[in-house]
Order: sequence, then structure tokens, then C-alpha cells
Amino acid sequence: MTKRQKKFMLIAVGLALLACVTALVLNAFQSNLVFFFTPTQVFAGEAPKARAFRIGGMVKTGTLVQVGMTHAFVVTDNEREVSVSFTGLLPDLFKEGRGVVAQGELDASGHFVASQVLAKHDENYMPPEAQHAMDAAALRRASQTLKP
Amino acid sequence: MLVELGHFALMLALLVALLQGVLPLLATLGEGRLTWIPLDLRSGWLHLARSCTFVQWALVGFAFLVLEWAFLHNDFSVAYVVEHSNSLLPAPYQFAALWGGHEGSLLLWVFLLGFWSSAVAFFSRSLPLTMVARVLAVMGLISFGFLCFILTTSDPFVRVFPPAMEGHDLNPLLQDPGLVIHPPMLYMGYVGMSVAFAFAIAALLAGRLDAAWARWSRPWTVIAWTFLSLGIGLGSWWAYYELGWGGWWFWDPVENASLMPWLVGTALIHSLMVTEKRGTFKAWTVLLAIAAFSLSLLGTFLVRSGVLTSVHAFASDPARGIFILVFLALVVGSSLTLFAWRAPQVAEGGWVNLVSRETFLLVNSILMCVATLAVLLGTLYPLVIDALGAGKLSVGPPYFNLVFGPIMVPLVFIMVPGSLLRWREAKIKDILPSLVFPGLGACVVSGGLCWAMGHASFGVLAGFWLGAWVALAGVQQMVLRLKRPGRIGGSFWGMQLAHLGLAILVMGVTGVRSFEVERDVRMGVGDEVQIADYTFRLLGLQDVKGPNYEAVRARVQVLKNGQQIKLMLPEKRHYYSSAMPMTEAAIDSGFLQDLYVSLGDALPGNTPQWSLRVYYKPFVPWMWAGVLVMVLGGFLAALDRRYRVKPSAASAEDDVSPHVAHA
Repeated sequence: MTKRQKKFMLIAVGLALLACVTALVLNAFQSNLVFFFTPTQVFAGEAPKARAFRIGGMVKTGTLVQVGMTHAFVVTDNEREVSVSFTGLLPDLFKEGRGVVAQGELDASGHFVASQVLAKHDENYMPPEAQHAMDAAALRRASQTLKP
Repeated sequence: MLVELGHFALMLALLVALLQGVLPLLATLGEGRLTWIPLDLRSGWLHLARSCTFVQWALVGFAFLVLEWAFLHNDFSVAYVVEHSNSLLPAPYQFAALWGGHEGSLLLWVFLLGFWSSAVAFFSRSLPLTMVARVLAVMGLISFGFLCFILTTSDPFVRVFPPAMEGHDLNPLLQDPGLVIHPPMLYMGYVGMSVAFAFAIAALLAGRLDAAWARWSRPWTVIAWTFLSLGIGLGSWWAYYELGWGGWWFWDPVENASLMPWLVGTALIHSLMVTEKRGTFKAWTVLLAIAAFSLSLLGTFLVRSGVLTSVHAFASDPARGIFILVFLALVVGSSLTLFAWRAPQVAEGGWVNLVSRETFLLVNSILMCVATLAVLLGTLYPLVIDALGAGKLSVGPPYFNLVFGPIMVPLVFIMVPGSLLRWREAKIKDILPSLVFPGLGACVVSGGLCWAMGHASFGVLAGFWLGAWVALAGVQQMVLRLKRPGRIGGSFWGMQLAHLGLAILVMGVTGVRSFEVERDVRMGVGDEVQIADYTFRLLGLQDVKGPNYEAVRARVQVLKNGQQIKLMLPEKRHYYSSAMPMTEAAIDSGFLQDLYVSLGDALPGNTPQWSLRVYYKPFVPWMWAGVLVMVLGGFLAALDRRYRVKPSAASAEDDVSPHVAHA
């Protein structure tokens, strides 16, 4: 092979490799985006079925029930509610009346089965997603009361 | 009073940093410019670089010590001390509390930058003065930026009046030996990348990218890389035992922020080697140096600006975020502009052959950059989408695992032929005989490990095989080298150990991912649970008291074949200063595996029961060992004698056979 051919081959191989990697990355990226929905959005049916997503809001006070290692509780944005169940140990910061973000899927009856309840590190900390859900709901209420 | 002096010292340091950044650069501008300034004055400015560096470090060091003094003396008239300390806090944690918050950790950043600059100033006697002046000036400008940041948005010396009676205490999660050392080590790495960056910018400014430049940069970059590795390893270790749920890598943006400069830094130390040995890849090396430091800055930005909320993000003051973002844009923008302007003139390189060590190193450094880009995409995309108001989403760990694994496979595989091939021009068939032993040996090792663990799949076998492949090839090279006469340089051992460490790490990660067993169980006193070969029995619970917390401690007996092998004592702590409980896991480390027990909550019911996490984590100690071996290799490589002798003498002793690699 001449130098020129070699160079060409190297570039061709490099480009082919790059294309493969890009395809791999983008494909994995597409299928692993986890979207976030507020309880109101879940109620409105905007959340996907049979695909994992996150919900956030407050753990409604007085709703936490524990059977064995399974915990059931209600997440609310003070407008709509979603019932959630989770099997396993809850993080240290999980408490009724506090913000929470959970990842999981909806089952057929619209019940959210969480695979993960997100642990964060500070007692004064409100997960930004949960805060967002509360704010969005509060904003909607405010705009509704303002309507003539 | 002392506190005000510390504050004042920081302001002086800002001025000195400005002098250090501007005057030496002006003096090196070149012939025919600034002729209205007397020549001897300009040469004085060149010498100013060194003295400014030392003075600036002393001033920042003084401010640093003053703040430490305030912490250790419980000076609750200082707002920062009030927020992050407490008179009950044990002294080592009071000391470390300085970098437990935003302002103090920035002060630590600048302090370490001063340390690195001074080290460069001190150990650069053999370098041309103009080069030293340029390098120190670039570092002075970086320091100036950070000091501006501290003084305008994040002043740690602000007083409160009236003084508080008591401090709010350090976040209990941070009250741990891990916190005492993890941030300084990580910052040593982040900040150390500024040296490689400064050398690259200085070389671009000088218009000369040559072997000497690469030779000077190499030991500094290797040391910075070593500290970064150690910092990341410590962070992972801390998360593993302190967060109480046995995870050691979460693909959290904060972790990604440290992984990205590490990946690019790894590519950089290899690329620097090619530039030094063969005079090629110059532009690529410079680009990597710029990228490594920019990613370090991005890491600081991501972690400190409050964009991400985690244990690392202390405050979400938008002014801070904007400042760092602008600073980042300035650094990246100006260095890339300089690169675009100068690189075509200075970076003419030779063509390399397809089969040669250069090519293999290039392929690997490209793979590392691809991995970095993939991580960057997953880290920044949610932030960008959020900032655009287009919704909230996150990128899950499965994405990173899916992408990172396949990129690492070819990378680890070609480490072996890459380190065996000759420079310049090589033939694959020359190294084939050397590949037989590691190739076959790795089959035996991976098969054996899977047999011992009683389970195999393609992924496990491949992971173990790759690790063993690199490890055995390294052992083979070391043995062969020892048989030959002649002094063996530190860089040889350094490279071999670093590669060996990576091999152990790869096997460790494969093992944990494939064989770990995690069980969340509820247990009453006397209950047992069986995991792998081990039986865990809850013997009882008791209340214990620490210096600033109360805890419930469980006693868990671990039995193997009916014999007690260990008593484990996980705790649930309640710190007086904080409403949140803290899980202290009990970990029993062996050669092959960790046993991990952490205590959950008391469960309601007639008989008292507790929830527990009981984990069997094989190969976890291998991961830590791998990182340590890698770090040891890094230090050995950096301490190689040839970096400390004059370039002419060094090239004479540059050894020997092309089969011996210089890490």
C-alpha cells in the first residue's frame, strides 16, 4: 500500500468506528432518558405506560403504611395524588410531609410502583423536582383563582 | 482582628496575582514591542514571576491559616464558622470543616493553586526564564480569577453580629475521616491540571511545541493525575461506607465531573509521552491539556454552583454560578482561540505508521475522549434541557453503563499490544509470541475465578479476561525486564504498576457487578438470614453515645459453616444538631469480599423488628487495591530520575530497547 492509501484506510476505519460509537451512544441515550412528571401530569395521563419515569412532590401526611418490607404512601402536589408503593429500605431522609422523588412505572390500575426512592443528603433539602411539582400546582391554583 | 487580617491578606494576594499574571507576560511579548519600557525593567518583570508566586502563596496561606484558627477556636463571630462548625465537633473535623462548605473549599482551591505554582517556581531552575515566567503568569491569572470570585461572591471572612452562641455543625455525612482527605486530594488533582494547562498555553504563546515542553509537563501532569485518581477513589470509598447502601459509583453528575478530567488527563499523560519521544501529536496534546483543565473547571462549576443539588453543593447563589460560568467561558474561549491561532504554525508533526506504538496510543486517547464526551452528554443534557425550560429529565445509570463498558473493552484490550509495540514502525507478528502467555493465562484466570464463584456469563468472563490479560502481560514484561541488566527507571515501574492497578480495578468492578447479593430484610432478635455462604444472625440492639450523637447499635453475628467468624456492629445515629438520622454501615473486608450490614428503621408490630440491609459484596477490596496500585504507579512514574536531571544528560541515558515502555 502506498502512504496515501494507508492514510485513507486509517481515516475510513476511524470514521466507521466513530459512526458505530455515535450510534451506540445515542441509542443508549434515547432509551435511558428518565422523564419527570408531577402528580397532576400523571393524573392527566401524560405519563408513559410501561416505561420508567420519575414523580415528585410531598409525601402526604398520614398515608405511609408498611407491610413487611413494602411501603405504601401517597405523593401529592396539593392538587392531585398518586399512590406509590416501594419495597426495600427507605432512605434516611424519607418522611411524611417532606419532599420526595421516586422512580418507577405505573401499573395497570394507575398505581405507581417505585423501584427507587431517591436519597439526598441534607435535611433542609427539597428535591428540585419535588419543589417544581409543588410550584407548578400552586401557580395553576393562583391563576385559576385570578380568573374572572 | 486576626480574621480581618486574613481578609486583608486575600485582597493583597489578589493584587499580587494580578502582577504575577500581567507583568511577566508583558515582558515576554517579544522583540520590538513595548520598546518604550527600559530593557532592564522588563527583565526585572520576568524575575518578578517567581517572587510574586511565592508571595501570593504566602498571603493565601496566611488567610487559610487564619480561617483554620477561627475554626479550631470556635470563633462564632465568623459566619462561615457558624454555619459549618460546632464546639462539640471533634478537632480533626473542625479542621476539615474548613472545606466542608463553599467559601472554604474555594479558599482551599486557591491555596492549592498557590502550592502548585510555588512548586513550579521552585523546581524549574533548569527551565528557560521566559518559559517559567509565562507558565507562572498563566497560573497567576487563574489565581486572580478565583480570588476575584472569593472576594466578590464567596467571602469566608464575613462576620456576624452579634456573634452566635453555637455553630450549626457540619453536615453529619461529612463528619468522617473520608472528608478530611477526599477534598484536598481531589482538588490537588483538579488544580494540578492547571500546571499542564499553563505549560501548554506558555508553549503556544512562545510558538514552540517541542520535546522539551512535553518533558517539562510530564511529571507535573502525572502527579496531578495521581492525586485526581486518589481523590476519586477516596470519594467512591466514602460513598460506599458512609451513605449506608453499599453503592460505590452512581454516575451522579458530581462523580462524572471528576471522572471527565481524569479520563482526559489519562489521555494527556500518554499523549505527552508520544510528543516527547516522537515529536508528533503536538496539537492533540495541547488540546488535551486545555480540555483537562477546562473539565476541572467545569467540575468545580457543576459541583460548587448549586446547579446540582447534593452533598457537594452548598448554596445556590445565582451570582456564583454566573461568575464561574463566565470565568469558564473566558478560559476555554481564550485558550481555544490561542490554539486556533498558533497551533497550525507550531504543530507540524510527522506522519505515523499504522502499526506502531504511536497509533495504538492515539487510538486509546481517542477512545478516552469519546468516553468523556459520552459522559459529558449524559451529565449536561438534563441541565441544558432544564435551563431551557423544556422539561425535567434525568439520564439513568443504565445509559452510562451501556456506553462506558463497550468503550472500555477495546481500550483495555489494546493496552497490551500498545505497550509491546515498537515506536515508529512495528510488525504485529513480532509481538505475537509475547501475547501467548497473557492471552492463555487470562483464559485460565477468568475461568478459574468464575468457577470459584460458581457462576459464569459472557460479560463476567470478558471482564475478568481483560483484567487478567493486562495484569499478566505486565507481570511478563516486568519479569523479562528484571532479567536484563541495567538500571530500571521509575517510569517503567510506574507504568507497569498503573496498568496493573487498572487491571485489578477492572476485575474488581466486574466481580462486584456480577456477583454481589443485596438483601433488604426485616429481622427480630434471634432471626437469621442466609446469603452466599454466610449466615447473619441479629443478636440484639443497644443504645450508645458518641461525642455529639446518640445511636442505636445492632449486634449482628456472622456465621460460616456454623462457626462465628465476625461480630458486626451497624449503627443508626442521631446527631444532636440535626434532625436527620444517619446510617453507619458495618463492613467486614476480606481479601476476596466485603460483608456489609446497615441498620434501617424499627418496624411497627407486636414483636420488635428492624429492617436491615445485608449485602455480600465480593471483589470490592480489589477495586480499592486497584486504585491504590494505580496511585503508587503514578507517584513512581513522576519521581523518575530522568525528570530531575538536565535534558542533555537525560537523553543520553534514555534507554535501551523499544520493548521497554516509558510510562
